[in-house]
Amino acid sequence: MDPSPIEQPEPARGRTLWARGVTRFFRNRLGLTGLVILLVFAALALLAPVIAPYGVAEVNFSRLRAPPSADHWLGTDELGRDTFTRVVYGARISLTVGLGSVFIALFAGSLLGMLAGFLGGWFDEVVMRVMDAMLSLPFLVLAIALAAILGPNLQNTILAIAIVSTPPFARLTRGQVLSEKERDYVQASAALGARWTRTLLRHILPNILSVIIVQASLATAIAVLAESALSFLGLGVQPPTPSWGSMLNTSRGYLATQPWMAFSPGIAIFLVVLALNLVGDGLRDAFDPRMRPR
Amino acid sequence: MITFALRRLLATVPTLLVVTLLVFGLVRLLPGDPARLMLGESANPQAIAELRTQMGLDRPIMVQYGAWLADVARFDLGRSLVDNASVSRIIGQKLPTTIELSVLSMLVALLLAVPAGTISAVQRGKPLDSAVTIFALTGISMPNFFLGILLIFFFSVQLRWVPASGYVSLMDDPVRNLSLMVLPAITIGVGLGAILTRYLRASLLETLSQDYVRTALAKGVPGLAVIARHALRNAMIPVITAFGLQLGTLLGGAIITEQIFSIPGFGRLLVDAVSTRDLPVIQGVVLVAAMAVFLVSFIVDLLYAAADPRITYT
Repeated sequence: MDPSPIEQPEPARGRTLWARGVTRFFRNRLGLTGLVILLVFAALALLAPVIAPYGVAEVNFSRLRAPPSADHWLGTDELGRDTFTRVVYGARISLTVGLGSVFIALFAGSLLGMLAGFLGGWFDEVVMRVMDAMLSLPFLVLAIALAAILGPNLQNTILAIAIVSTPPFARLTRGQVLSEKERDYVQASAALGARWTRTLLRHILPNILSVIIVQASLATAIAVLAESALSFLGLGVQPPTPSWGSMLNTSRGYLATQPWMAFSPGIAIFLVVLALNLVGDGLRDAFDPRMRPR
Repeated sequence: MITFALRRLLATVPTLLVVTLLVFGLVRLLPGDPARLMLGESANPQAIAELRTQMGLDRPIMVQYGAWLADVARFDLGRSLVDNASVSRIIGQKLPTTIELSVLSMLVALLLAVPAGTISAVQRGKPLDSAVTIFALTGISMPNFFLGILLIFFFSVQLRWVPASGYVSLMDDPVRNLSLMVLPAITIGVGLGAILTRYLRASLLETLSQDYVRTALAKGVPGLAVIARHALRNAMIPVITAFGLQLGTLLGGAIITEQIFSIPGFGRLLVDAVSTRDLPVIQGVVLVAAMAVFLVSFIVDLLYAAADPRITYT
């Protein structure tokens, strides 16, 4: 009888933890499905000017709220603009905000967490108190308040979501650094006279990076949802820039007569968030066996 | 127990103070003049100067914070810029609606999560487990504003079973109130239920592998009774903790859901305050939301300590 893939012994020699993690990820069918969906949306976002059949702001008053057809695959909106075109361009906004805000949060949060965990003392106390306080503010409530105060545009949406996404990275990284700090290789590095910055960046960081990456993929899903929510409430990217959240909000007024207007942006948000969650779960299973769900 | 509660309460004081500092700083320390933010870019300089004096913005920042904190301690959150009403009073009027929505949503979440999580754990690795896993992933990934719109489309527009939106107080007309609240509660409850299903599955799998479960089964206790009387009871303890920690998700869901279903609650108040740039209301809502999270996590800690005899009150 053939052994199942899970039972096969993993070739450990000559392969790094990273290579083994990547192999494990590519064996995970759900994770791989998520990655394919994500790559499709990334391709749509990158190639939007080539793929989109119409101009993003091309108004056509003779075809207002038209149903899906050969000319307009996903129908048209209240100004006669092609919905497929706007969904494709909307992918740019969602992914830009999702990736942009998480990149900033990852950088800021991980830096603060690493320094807090490694240096300890008053710096740790101050940083973690602030992070704890931010974590006690509900994510969307704080994002809305920040977006309202900063003003609604693309940059401020990224900034608002980045600020509220920072504390989980700081908390996670600090915990990881505290645990790694006690390991022999860190003690050895210090005993050999390495500067603390070198120990932190060259030795500790590579060992905790996988956990940070897993958190980043799950945080991107939350960021994409937050961007859509802010746009839905009119606090994110402003018209005429297409955003899935604002498209969904507009569609509410036509639910009884033109329901398809709601389906395309809604399904797009759902698919991207689902894909990010699948990739996140897959990465967690591949890189962090301790967190693997049973 | 009382000593434990007091110690736990004291431990939250520094973080609570930082929260007040953040909420205060949210309006005062971010780029831009609050008076200009409130009055708009086109306001004349004299009006801005008057508002600055009225708000005490010409005083040192720590003095402003001290005065604001003293007001907050007296439950005085300032006055709305729109109608000069007390912010505490406005929030007090809106909160019961959101609390009702939250309780109903939690009920929906539990009604989904307890059977789904139990079936998933008991049927581990079988088709039903996969079906529940797909439900949980779908529920977590589904934006609540899209789910709300889909529910309105199917149950209000197509089937005409329940009204699409509106609000009637529970005291005025309980039946009408519940018929209006059912779709909003499902909108929030599905996502929450999906998160709890995952927690319950993991917790139940761990409990089912314990010796006392094996002993009960070996003594001939029927499987269903073992799950209901022994395993589920213990598995629910960490789930209840997780449940309490999801209050932030619940409040976030309430903001969107109240907007979609035109429910005049706490979340709608925030969105309305944002559209009218009513900074005292925004500040008040954020502060009350943070306090609610603190209060619930404090209660959950106490419940956890009371429910689990392994935790000592030190």
